[in-house]
Amino acid sequence: MSGRVTGPVLILGATSDMARAVARGFAAKGCAIQLAARDPAALERDRADLETRYGVAVSLHRFDALEVEGHAGFVAALPELPQVAISAIGLMGEQSENAADMTRAAHVMRANFEGPATILGALANAMEARGAGTLVGISSVAGERGRASNYVYGSAKAGFTAYLSGLRNRLAGRGVHVVTVLPGFVATKMTEGLDLPARLVAQPEEVAQAILAAVERGQEVIYVRRIWRLIMAIIRAIPETIFKKTSI
Amino acid sequence: MTALAGWGRFRPVETRVARIRSEADVAAALAAGGPLIARGNGRAYGDSAVSPGATLDMTGMDRMLSFDAETGVLEAEAGVLLADIIETFLPRGWFPAVTPGTRFVTLGGAIAADVHGKNHHLDGSFGAFVDWVDVMDAEGRVTRAVPNTELFGWTVGGMGLTGVILRAGLRLKPVETGWICQDLRATQTLDATIDMMEATLRAPYSVAWLDCVTTGPMMGRGLVMLGRHACVNDLPPSQRSRPYHVPRKPTVRLPVDLPAMALNGLTRQAFNALYYWNGRRKPGERLVDWQSYFYPLDAVLDWNRGYGRAGFVQFQCALPQHTAREGMHALLAAIAKSGEASVLSVLKRFGPQEGRFSFPMAGYTLALDFPVNDRSLALMETLDRITLDHGGRFYLAKDARMPRAVLEAADDRVTAFREMRAATGAGARFVSVQSERLGL
Repeated sequence: MSGRVTGPVLILGATSDMARAVARGFAAKGCAIQLAARDPAALERDRADLETRYGVAVSLHRFDALEVEGHAGFVAALPELPQVAISAIGLMGEQSENAADMTRAAHVMRANFEGPATILGALANAMEARGAGTLVGISSVAGERGRASNYVYGSAKAGFTAYLSGLRNRLAGRGVHVVTVLPGFVATKMTEGLDLPARLVAQPEEVAQAILAAVERGQEVIYVRRIWRLIMAIIRAIPETIFKKTSI
Repeated sequence: MTALAGWGRFRPVETRVARIRSEADVAAALAAGGPLIARGNGRAYGDSAVSPGATLDMTGMDRMLSFDAETGVLEAEAGVLLADIIETFLPRGWFPAVTPGTRFVTLGGAIAADVHGKNHHLDGSFGAFVDWVDVMDAEGRVTRAVPNTELFGWTVGGMGLTGVILRAGLRLKPVETGWICQDLRATQTLDATIDMMEATLRAPYSVAWLDCVTTGPMMGRGLVMLGRHACVNDLPPSQRSRPYHVPRKPTVRLPVDLPAMALNGLTRQAFNALYYWNGRRKPGERLVDWQSYFYPLDAVLDWNRGYGRAGFVQFQCALPQHTAREGMHALLAAIAKSGEASVLSVLKRFGPQEGRFSFPMAGYTLALDFPVNDRSLALMETLDRITLDHGGRFYLAKDARMPRAVLEAADDRVTAFREMRAATGAGARFVSVQSERLGL
């Protein structure tokens, strides 16, 4: 599916910097916006912003990615099944803590894989029944290869990327398109305080524009800054015997 | 820690940057202790928005909260850019009532510096169109300050030193089109430039560019640019159905810092001469789109790199009406004598304003920019003295190097400002490198 986006756009995990930018990007196109997060009260100002700037309808929804039992009910309760649903759910955590504390590790895995995958699964089923829709999963380049510096987060993202790939395969020819977004570094709360090379860091607005373009053009897997495609190709190609001794 | 400077890129300072997205983030930054200052889009030229402690990057707190199409009042968070306000509301028939020479400033920054525009002589400064402002004080309390209160008076033009500006209500002005009817007039001397500005006080917008390279009797010749918002009927018939549509201006970036040589004496002289003759060739009235008229420099997104690594400094003073003519002669003579031509020298008539700490006063203001070097810094000390001799004052949003004694000699409001800071507890918490340098 590709073409102009008109219908409602659902944004899951709507309080993040990336989600805010994505919401503005779609609202600027005149789309109604459904914002979903654990604490919808925190989204009131974002609703005001989208309504004031773009004059679109905005609804707020309580949503907890980790309450899997509630997902079907959440989808059923939406005012309208969205044309586009975007998962911006994610939690990096501290790798040192994730490595030491398995409760934390499990939490990070659930927040980055189980939660986003199951909610998109529920939406996929509804969209498949309708015969139209686009699902966008914001995954990560960290899922392309496990590294000592963030393998807990990375492995969950790897699972999510594989899930999106499978979902795309299943829904091809059924009117439902799936976009996998591997943004690389983005200047957000998540990366604040990290010392990152500026050339590799995208602004949230860049990610939003890339997603908008991918949805309209029906692209499958996108990196936001092109250089990441090259970087990840190299990182994937390094033999494991060598890779294990590196600290990337 | 990050090395941060103002737009002039002069003397970066190590500071801890905290990215702010909400009022709660500001409260958390305050609770963490230590000195801090809010920073908008970093367009103040000097060290106004860099703190020796924490610098609060307010650009992530940029939500528009409501707009009243009856009154034109926009309620928004402090980090909203004027550029966003124009993009959102010009197509609906509204424009900022006062705008500085760049649209890449935040609402909070515009209030803190109480910026002025080409219409100050009639409409006053930015603060005249602010209905209220929410300020978080040193204790983390939020007060909605309204005009004619102490807090409002000190906050508008207070350089962020009364507390953190969180939100404000801004009155926009209705316009019929996105175009300006510009009336360009070339003058032969400084006196002729000032006479022309005095004779055209009824023009809604008025500003003059001065040639401050040429010496002798032609010194201070310039181009007076008058303007008013065009009505639909001023547009060619073909454009009247889309009055707010203007051609997209391409923006460019400077990929690298130019060597300091690029804007050396010779090129600056050539630029001044060319600019003047180009203006002289096509005087008179014409339609100009809003971007070209208000924000010619915004077309080069990072033009501050044109001055090289060392950066540049701005000098902007205001002289009271009764000494302005004599003072401007003295300032231009000192510049001409030094050989340090300013690339852009802008002269503007100010109308009356009695702000508690705002910059404008009835009279004239002159803005200059110089690449940083020993000669230009020495020249600015001379300009400081001439300004003091003529009863003038200085614009803190431009300042990066003024000694404390000069500010104290220029502005007898400083004592009261310090007392207010001490009494409210703001002095201990809201601190910029500039406020430390000037002892505010």
